[in-house]
Amino acid sequence: MSQLYRPTVVVVGNGMVGYKFCEKLIAKASSFNVVVFGEEPRRAYDRVHLSEYFNGKSAEDLSMSHKDWYLDNGVTLHLGDTIQDINTSEKTVHALSGITQSYDYLVLATGSSPFVPNIPGVEKNGVFVYRTIEDLELIKAYAKKARKGAVLGGGLLGLEAAKALIDLGVEETHVVEFAPRLMPRQIDSAGSRMLQSKLELLGLQMHLQKTTSNIIGEDKVEALQFADETSLEVDMLVISAGIRPRDELAKLAGLETGTRGGIVVNEKMQTSDESIFAIGECALYDGMIYGLVAPGYEMAEVVATHICEGERSFRGYDMSTKLKLIGVDVASFGDPFVAEPDSRAIVFEDKHKGVYKRVNISNDGKYLLGGILIGDADAYNILLQTVNNKIVLPPNPEDLILGARGGEASTSAGVMALPDEALICSCEAVTKGAICSAVDEQGVTTIEGMKKCNKAGTGCGGCIPLVKDLITDTLKANGTYIKNTICEHFDYSRQELFDLLKINNVKTYDEALGLFGKGDGCELCKPPVASILASLWNDVIVKQQPIQDSNDKYLANIQKGGTYSVVPRIPGGEITPDKLIVIGQVAKKYGLYTKITGGQRIDMFGAHLSDLPDIWEELIDAGFESGHAYGKSLRTVKSCVGSTWCRYGLHDSVSFAIEVEERYKGLRSPHKLKGGVSGCVRECAEAQAKDFGIIATEKGWNLFVCGNGGSKPQHAQLLASDIDKETCIKFLDRFLMFYIRTADALTRTATWLNKMEGGMSYLKNVIINDSLGINDQLEAEMQELVGKYSCEWKEVVQNPDLRKRFAHFVNAPKEKDPTVQFNTMREQIVAKEW
Amino acid sequence: MELEIATAVEWVLVCKTDDVPHDGGACVKYNDEQIAVFNFARRGEWYATQNLCPHKQQMVLSRGMIGSTGEACEPKVACPFHKKTFSLLSGECLSGDEYQIKTYPVKVVGDDVYIGLE
Ligand code: SRM
Ligand SMILES: Cc1cc2nc3c(=O)[nH]c(=O)nc-3n(C[C@H](O)[C@H](O)[C@H](O)COP(=O)(O)OP(=O)(O)OC[C@H]3O[C@@H](n4cnc5c(N)ncnc54)[C@H](O)[C@@H]3O)c2cc1C
Ligand code: SF4
Ligand code: FES
Repeated sequence: MSQLYRPTVVVVGNGMVGYKFCEKLIAKASSFNVVVFGEEPRRAYDRVHLSEYFNGKSAEDLSMSHKDWYLDNGVTLHLGDTIQDINTSEKTVHALSGITQSYDYLVLATGSSPFVPNIPGVEKNGVFVYRTIEDLELIKAYAKKARKGAVLGGGLLGLEAAKALIDLGVEETHVVEFAPRLMPRQIDSAGSRMLQSKLELLGLQMHLQKTTSNIIGEDKVEALQFADETSLEVDMLVISAGIRPRDELAKLAGLETGTRGGIVVNEKMQTSDESIFAIGECALYDGMIYGLVAPGYEMAEVVATHICEGERSFRGYDMSTKLKLIGVDVASFGDPFVAEPDSRAIVFEDKHKGVYKRVNISNDGKYLLGGILIGDADAYNILLQTVNNKIVLPPNPEDLILGARGGEASTSAGVMALPDEALICSCEAVTKGAICSAVDEQGVTTIEGMKKCNKAGTGCGGCIPLVKDLITDTLKANGTYIKNTICEHFDYSRQELFDLLKINNVKTYDEALGLFGKGDGCELCKPPVASILASLWNDVIVKQQPIQDSNDKYLANIQKGGTYSVVPRIPGGEITPDKLIVIGQVAKKYGLYTKITGGQRIDMFGAHLSDLPDIWEELIDAGFESGHAYGKSLRTVKSCVGSTWCRYGLHDSVSFAIEVEERYKGLRSPHKLKGGVSGCVRECAEAQAKDFGIIATEKGWNLFVCGNGGSKPQHAQLLASDIDKETCIKFLDRFLMFYIRTADALTRTATWLNKMEGGMSYLKNVIINDSLGINDQLEAEMQELVGKYSCEWKEVVQNPDLRKRFAHFVNAPKEKDPTVQFNTMREQIVAKEW
Repeated sequence: MELEIATAVEWVLVCKTDDVPHDGGACVKYNDEQIAVFNFARRGEWYATQNLCPHKQQMVLSRGMIGSTGEACEPKVACPFHKKTFSLLSGECLSGDEYQIKTYPVKVVGDDVYIGLE
């Protein structure tokens, strides 16, 4: 042990900035003794994402560090202990717990507290603020019995709090704002109006220009009284009227503070006492409090550098922000308000879609000064970079917000044009130069790699699209051919691997890895290889269980809590009463939750792993088969009732749907496949939203392909019209086999078509005109797969070795996982929240 | 050092080699603990970790997929829920989060699988 003196750095406040300071200091030097005091009862957490606490994130999920971080890095942490005074001459601080701690450097990172205006009644029950996890716990508990809630303050935090009330199930949520518009610090009146009308559509009720004069109620809040004599009945109130820097400790110690609060600091973040620093929301630099994390992190960097005897100064910080408020994009950057005569504005407003965009251009038309985006903020990153780096504008600056019309959209072409100093990740202060050199010199090629290399993208995540573009463009600029390889173990695309495995007659994963891969494989390459093998040979997939993806492994979808769902096939959605009864009996016997799915069949949730073979044994005995709800394979072929009952039905759509579903059941493919058959153009089976859709016509059937529901819905396109059933099946065989052979892993038919050169006319040429001369082959391959079908659950049920794999404990196969727990809702079980 | 570790560890027989699928995992129960045992047959190695995934506190790591990563072919397991990956050697989370899982030494004698507990 060396006897060297280790200077002590004491940090007051374990919030976002205080923590980040410790992290930065430790990364720079190990020669300090670091002691932290935090008033809150838990380790620093991500306050920016505080509201996610209501969406199921736990305090631990929000935590900024692993629980052993402080210990591992030799930092002493006192939680739940408030510093009460500073003795600047003795250089000590005194904590509530009685500890007196001496310091060489003292860093105040005490943050801010919510400002609560002096309105009579603010002390009443049901009045809250929104700053800490404890605040949220109180709000959550109270909201259960509240029907009407209001938020005082229509700024950024207020609107976020309002969203939280909606999420908590408060039926009526109001926002009360004193100013004539929302988010007065970030957006202009026109933007505010657009935002307001979008938020109103989502169920928020706005009250602008309202001064609250009284909070009425016995002991708890019952109504708000406004200065204009009107009032509003509410059961709870969240106050979000701004923040007040916590400078009480500094004031007491005689440090200089601002007249409206804040600890005065210079560009080194030094207070009026040179060994005391202030950073984050408590610091007042050049007359300004910075209420965002990015500037706070920069302040932390300045102090850490300074203590380690380096050079760095704080020079103010860009206050641009982008956020999603209740699903509405809102962004403001540079100087959002500068107007004539100092600049010229270009404004775009689309009331129909709820989009408002404003960019402020310098009078000479050369530079972008700032702007506002509401409803669509995709261009935020690039516009912010354009402002910050003084990039000379193109001749038609309106393209910035309208997109280049008549040509390719040009926004992303801009990333490589940015100068190396351009700040890409402002949370972690990573520049474009650093990102590109990580690609060039350290061989980083993925977002994950970049996060590890320089932390870019680990903060708010807003820069990730830009980082991705930079990685791809740098690789391209290097002449690196960016191939769509599966993962680090296989240097091939799915399509190449498919051909290789086929030509070489490869039957197992190990063989494939030995011949064409390296290393031991991983979760990225095993499932696609498993899927290719299944598409090629259609062997029972459980025989190669360890390479199957989570759900294929146990032939069931894994659900929250570790139980599984059971979905028997119900072709075309048609089922007999007897079979319905069996499903009811099985569900009852094994205590399962039942629901009719969006795919016209019945899902039973909550099955223990060890019960799955028994459940399926009973279902199979009653004539059911696997529904492959877990597989990248055919799911359902949805039908409408068609001509057997429906007065408009042209042909028997149910029979055709069943025939098609029976034909392709169990077919493994790059992604899941869904079909639909409708009995007339009214399209009750939604066939045009499926990977393949068949619609009856007067003369036969129309065949549509490559439709998709899901997050990016896309209508299917017509492949052939007025064809008979046999032709329809023939085209489908070709189409599906062509897709299986050529699509990338996890690519639905719609995306596959979108990427296909030549698009639909090319596909038609292949499938109908046999332009590649492969159709006989495609049909023969499909026929072979269809011939080889067998129900994989049946194989498991009949095979004791395979059944054994479904035990939770191999050394206690009869015992179920004791950690599985359920809640109840409407007389059925549901998974416990995680 | 070697000796010290050897004496501090108690070897517990938990299952037979063919209870754990080749290149896969299985969960064993030891008192109230759930331990995931992996048979990395491709490398002729065995590993054991806690069965609980720290991400959402799910008892599922034994049902995860194993593989390797990087130049050094570090062995790892991917949680079936959100595919967070963990080193089978150190228990460190390899997907960039600050999670850490427990790992245990494994010894195979004949067709018996033992786990070393402290
Ligand atoms: C059960 C069901 C919801 C329901 O209660 O109705 C459901 C449940 C799930 N869907 Fe779905 N989807 C269900 C109908 C649909 C539909 C409607 C339909 O099929 O007509 C769609 C839109 C149509 C489409 O796919 O184009 C649909 C679009 C998705 C998507 C988005 C796919 C896309 O291409 O964008 C996913 C995610 C994915 O597959 O990657 C998904 C994924 C899932 C998963 C597998 C998520 C998961 O990994 O756990 C859910 C599994 C629950 C389970 O264990 O069964 N589900 N899902 C429906 C089962 C239908 C069935 O009988 O098999
Ligand atoms: C709901 C919400 C959403 C937000 N969203 C965003 C966003 O989208 N983007 C963004 O950039 N910013 C956002 N912010 C602001 C951001 O959270 C703050 O800028 C950031 O937390 C400031 O960090 P800090 O360390 O200075 O203060 P804090 O995180 O408040 O930490 C200060 C800590 O010091 C403690 N403390 C105070 N006095 C003492 C004492 N005497 N002794 C011991 N401990 C003491 C406090 O208890 C506190 O734990 C949001 C804030 C909230 C509340
Ligand atoms: S699609 Fe046509 S046949 Fe089918 S239910 Fe609707 S109207 Fe009837
Ligand atoms: S529960 Fe394991 S990764 Fe999410």
